[in-house]
Amino acid sequence: MSIATQGEGAIGAVRRSGEGFSMTALTSVLRRDLLLAMRRKAEVLTALFFFLIVSSLFPLGIGPEPALLRKIGPGVLWVGALLATMLGLQRMFYSDHLDGTLEQMVLSSAPLPLLVMGKIIAHWLVSGLPVVILAPILGLQFDLDPGALWILALGLLIGTPVLSLIGAVGAALTLGVRGGGALLSLLVLPLYIPTLIFGAGAVQAHLSGQGAGGHLSLLGALLALALFFVPWATTAALRISLE
Amino acid sequence: MPGMLTAHRLTCVRGTRPLFSGVEFSVGPGNWAQIRGPNGVGKTSLLRILAGLAQPEEGEVRWNGEKIGSEEFRRELMYLGHRAAVKDDLTALENLTFSAEMDGVPIAREQAEDALARFGLAGREDLPVRFLSAGQKRRVLLARTVTRPARLWILDEPFTALDVKAVDFVSNLVADHVKAGGIAVLTSHQAIPLPPGQVVDL
Amino acid sequence: MSHRLINWFKLSSPYSFFPVAGRLIPWFWALTVLFGIAGLYVGFFIAPTDATQGDSYRIIFLHVPASWMSMFIYIVMAFWAGMGMAFNTRLSSMWALSLAPTGALMAFLSLWTGALWGKPTWGAWWVWDARLTSELILLFLYLGFMALHAAIDEPRRADRAAAVLALVGVVNVPIIYFSVKWWNTLHQGSTISMTKAPSMAQTMLWGMLLMALCFWMYSIVAALIRLRAIILEREAHTDWVLRLPEAAA
Repeated sequence: MSIATQGEGAIGAVRRSGEGFSMTALTSVLRRDLLLAMRRKAEVLTALFFFLIVSSLFPLGIGPEPALLRKIGPGVLWVGALLATMLGLQRMFYSDHLDGTLEQMVLSSAPLPLLVMGKIIAHWLVSGLPVVILAPILGLQFDLDPGALWILALGLLIGTPVLSLIGAVGAALTLGVRGGGALLSLLVLPLYIPTLIFGAGAVQAHLSGQGAGGHLSLLGALLALALFFVPWATTAALRISLE
Repeated sequence: MPGMLTAHRLTCVRGTRPLFSGVEFSVGPGNWAQIRGPNGVGKTSLLRILAGLAQPEEGEVRWNGEKIGSEEFRRELMYLGHRAAVKDDLTALENLTFSAEMDGVPIAREQAEDALARFGLAGREDLPVRFLSAGQKRRVLLARTVTRPARLWILDEPFTALDVKAVDFVSNLVADHVKAGGIAVLTSHQAIPLPPGQVVDL
Repeated sequence: MSHRLINWFKLSSPYSFFPVAGRLIPWFWALTVLFGIAGLYVGFFIAPTDATQGDSYRIIFLHVPASWMSMFIYIVMAFWAGMGMAFNTRLSSMWALSLAPTGALMAFLSLWTGALWGKPTWGAWWVWDARLTSELILLFLYLGFMALHAAIDEPRRADRAAAVLALVGVVNVPIIYFSVKWWNTLHQGSTISMTKAPSMAQTMLWGMLLMALCFWMYSIVAALIRLRAIILEREAHTDWVLRLPEAAA
């Protein structure tokens, strides 16, 4: 009896229990990408160190006067977060594209938007979440008070997923395209600007006594909008890039 | 339910130049087809269109009378392109289990080990695939046919970079698949060690 | 009714539209010049001198229409790119591609005239006004569209990828504008604002509208000329192009 028919018999039983199919696809891609990231720790840590260095460059370039630092701190940290996220964006699809596993994902019977969401969540956990944790610590360098640090972290917690989401569309569009990295920045950074404005604005609003509620809600709205549109846009972009 | 792949008036354009046009053929269960032609004529493009990865400029591909691309079709399809389609940083076992999960058919570790053993990879399942030879990498990919039987196999140069033993292995696999009622469409620069099948010249 | 439907379909192929575009160009040039003369006349001779800003405000007759056109063209470009992707029509995507450079030009013109306005009025070449900043970001979106298209070799794939980008951009433009406005009011307290133009006398409004029409006609001309060049480039291998007198050159 051939291998194929033996296999068919064996997994027939497994096939029938195909419920919860969709979420399994998402979680399995998520776990796969996390596992891969752990095996290439250097790549991941590079983006984090970049965030660290960039944030330190600004005081060095501008001057260490505390009042000034407090003013520029939120903006500097947010810009650093943007740039650090951007560095990791190329990684999202590129290696899968190179070794052909992206094609297999597109051809898999699982809904592609779900697989894409799994990859985006993995990207955020690896690139965004560390920034959320590290930023308040760096915020101390800018002499920000605990309240401000809290708003900073909260804003980044809501905002960095938006960055990963929007970045995914850019990464998918520039897959295998000449000048990929620089082109990706040109495409994605303008789209990041609202997130930057509301995120840094939240901390500034808090510092000026106005309360960060409005800004944070707007960030939340951006997140909801991105969660809604991005999976479809990214799926379309991936199919186009694989033609 | 019979499986029948039909290509209907397929036309493919690369840049501004047409690659091929009016390609028309059908392959039914228990049969296989070879796409033949000189380099650059568009064999890979045709296979990608058949798999649903690319859209033809004109014409359409049908599976069981319906346009391809549905979830049903993708479930029945196994596509093997030029690239290895396995993650180098993962082990053979991990590659297989993740593929199975993504396809919605999660398998237990024992089943995966079993499948890999049948494909001659016993003892190598826990190595990162990076350390396997080209032939072994191909077997890791093909081991999916055990955990996720697909009726339609589309293979683009499946024998490239394989040694004689590996070529035998793969061709036996394809022959068994076709004999059991499956369909295969493939291209190859080398002679295909299979009982004669349909030929489509581009 | 069905006669008109057939006409539309006939026009939707590059082959049929090419000569039509050629015939339309002189007419739109004429309209451009007409509206231009009318608009400039109203703007520079008829509209009154402003009480606070003197005559330097007259640059708004170029600045505001350029801003309007830059945003209008982006929406039209995104629309046609989307059509081209949805219905797989080549001409729609080519039209979107033809519009992009003109849209970018309008955005750049808006920025430049904005700076020219700012200097005599508020003493600075660049003020981080909400509209100017949004205009700058819009320019980046245009450049991104053109850069992405240029970076992909395969034309149809480039069309589709750029279409996705344009559609994402179109959704983002209002968000970006809103966020920049928010940022601006928080920081500057609205003392400096392009939108606080001198309260519009009727004539000033007419001047801007006429110039807007002039820019609109110009955009169509520029896009038609570019479209013909794109058609020739992409259809270079077809019989009808090889038979054209231009092809012999």
